[in-house]
Amino acid sequence: MIKKSIAVFLTLVLLCTLLAACAGSGAGNAATLNVYNWGEYIDQTVLEDFEAETGIQVNYTTYANNEEMYSKIVSGAASYDVIVPSEYMISKMIEEDLLAELDFANIPNYSKIGDDYKGLPYDPDEKYSVPYTWGTVVIVYNTKYVDEADVEDESIDLLWNEKYAGKILMFDNPRDAFALAMSKLGYSMNSTTPSEWEAAADELIAQKHLVQAYVMDQVFDKLIGEEAYIAPYYAGDAMAMMEENEDLAAYVPVEGANQFFDSMCVLKNTRHKKEAEQFINFMCDTEIAVRNAEEVCYAIPQVEAYEELDEETKNDTMVYPPAEVLERCEVFVNLPSETLELQSDLWKKLKTHYD
Amino acid sequence: MRKNRDPINKKVMLAPFSGWMVLFVLVPIALVVYYAFSNADRQFTLSNLHWMYEYRGTLWLSVKLSVIATVICMLLAYPIAYAMSRASEKVQRNATLFIMLPMWMNFLVRTYAWMTILEDTGLVNNALRGIAGWFGKEFDGLSLINNHGAIVLGMVYNFLPYMILPIYTALTKISYSLIEAARDLGANGGQVFGKVILPMSVPGIISGITMVFIPSISTFIISKILGGGKDFLIGDLIEDYFLGNSGVVNYNIGAALSLIIMVMILIATFMMNHFDKDAKTSGGGSVI
Repeated sequence: MIKKSIAVFLTLVLLCTLLAACAGSGAGNAATLNVYNWGEYIDQTVLEDFEAETGIQVNYTTYANNEEMYSKIVSGAASYDVIVPSEYMISKMIEEDLLAELDFANIPNYSKIGDDYKGLPYDPDEKYSVPYTWGTVVIVYNTKYVDEADVEDESIDLLWNEKYAGKILMFDNPRDAFALAMSKLGYSMNSTTPSEWEAAADELIAQKHLVQAYVMDQVFDKLIGEEAYIAPYYAGDAMAMMEENEDLAAYVPVEGANQFFDSMCVLKNTRHKKEAEQFINFMCDTEIAVRNAEEVCYAIPQVEAYEELDEETKNDTMVYPPAEVLERCEVFVNLPSETLELQSDLWKKLKTHYD
Repeated sequence: MRKNRDPINKKVMLAPFSGWMVLFVLVPIALVVYYAFSNADRQFTLSNLHWMYEYRGTLWLSVKLSVIATVICMLLAYPIAYAMSRASEKVQRNATLFIMLPMWMNFLVRTYAWMTILEDTGLVNNALRGIAGWFGKEFDGLSLINNHGAIVLGMVYNFLPYMILPIYTALTKISYSLIEAARDLGANGGQVFGKVILPMSVPGIISGITMVFIPSISTFIISKILGGGKDFLIGDLIEDYFLGNSGVVNYNIGAALSLIIMVMILIATFMMNHFDKDAKTSGGGSVI
């Protein structure tokens, strides 16, 4: 009997603690800021510093691609304050009136952003976004298993090389995957011509039997652990992987690659606009930007912070590619809805093509 | 008079359950039906249903893999459940605990764990390579992951307890005196099993089948993790239509495909129950 009462008592205590913990996270005098960012895309200690400095709690969650973030937001299933979409998604969201116009009086650190990264086509009047990082897509490969002769020409064709069947990874999101196929065929990755999309889909279907898996952030484990030898991915993450495994190398393919700009935006329906702007301002602070850049390895748009990076990073042509490489890269634009429909249908065609 | 004997009105007792059912079962089903038969402009249409034909390959693959998983589960679960039901009470308690134990861990974590086991550089292949190396031989490794077999394995592993437990419960309910009676009447071991035990455990098998088949046919995460995200099952397709990962969100087609799975499950359950009834009339179902 006593044993039983003790058990009941302990259970109650446990429940109360749990409830208190839940209530505690919801209440509190300061605002809770919901930040929704890409996976593996921040130095978590920066968030702690922000909380300590401002007293604002950060509820940090992540997504794997722009489309996932977008559908979560339009479904209204959860509310977020700060998001970090890529350029084409920003144009789409501006068009659909989802983003708030920023009050730059609250973001004095905006002056630290280099002129090259301001007023880009996706936000020409500099109203809605503050650049976070930028980079290009690169092809990562393991020098231990991939013959030098196969990478000499730095071609996209490596992803279609039969020799490495079952050891190639591919993007698990249609926009990036189709962009590679488009570049391979010499088309623009912003093409709106249906026949070009069909041709690109045929390329991806032809590649399917060589692909080990379609992945996003799982690429880290698989390349570092040498489960796979070849994968296209974003330059900053590629750098991070190369630090973990010395045999990894990467190149921007000669056929061209996607250049992306991920920027911080505030959602229109936010209830904490001021705190959100405070957060954006904090992230642009030189010291914070340097720390964050050292962790995520992506190229940063803050001029002063860039100067403070170590020489090796500054001169890394993969993180900060020279002009002639950037020339062959292409920035995504928001596709018209017919093309998006087609992209979606063709992606499903690829995934429901059973060998 | 009768009313006085019931301390609380039956209707009052049922109210929470009815409310729950309406809110979380009927309303969602009504929404699924509504979306399935309307288009983006909210007009009535049947055109969403043609996607069933369009995606027949996916439907077939999903049915095939979940049927295989269910059959394997049944073949594995029956002997285990039988042995458990015949063991001492202490063994029974511990065995139930061990079967439930993995379910205390998160489903995703359990499934990811299989990745580390099955990968080309995973536990199994490394162990085999080690053994081959011992004998001075080269071993390329087996491809155990990112194929349909791995998806079936994921289903079997995750849903096996749902097959064992109902069969075990059905078997423990069989009174031992019935078996003795059958023996007295001259039945040999095989006959006792075929004519008494098996028919009486049919209700357990049926609920086991339902509880394994339904989550298997609608899974989308097992195929993503263990199938390498290569081949969509019907659950992946529905997820994609609802979340729009491939660029377009379409609740209507997603709902139509969900409805098709629901109808398929309904038909399967109906057939099962029919089979169950037959078993009850011919077997000893009336005892339960």
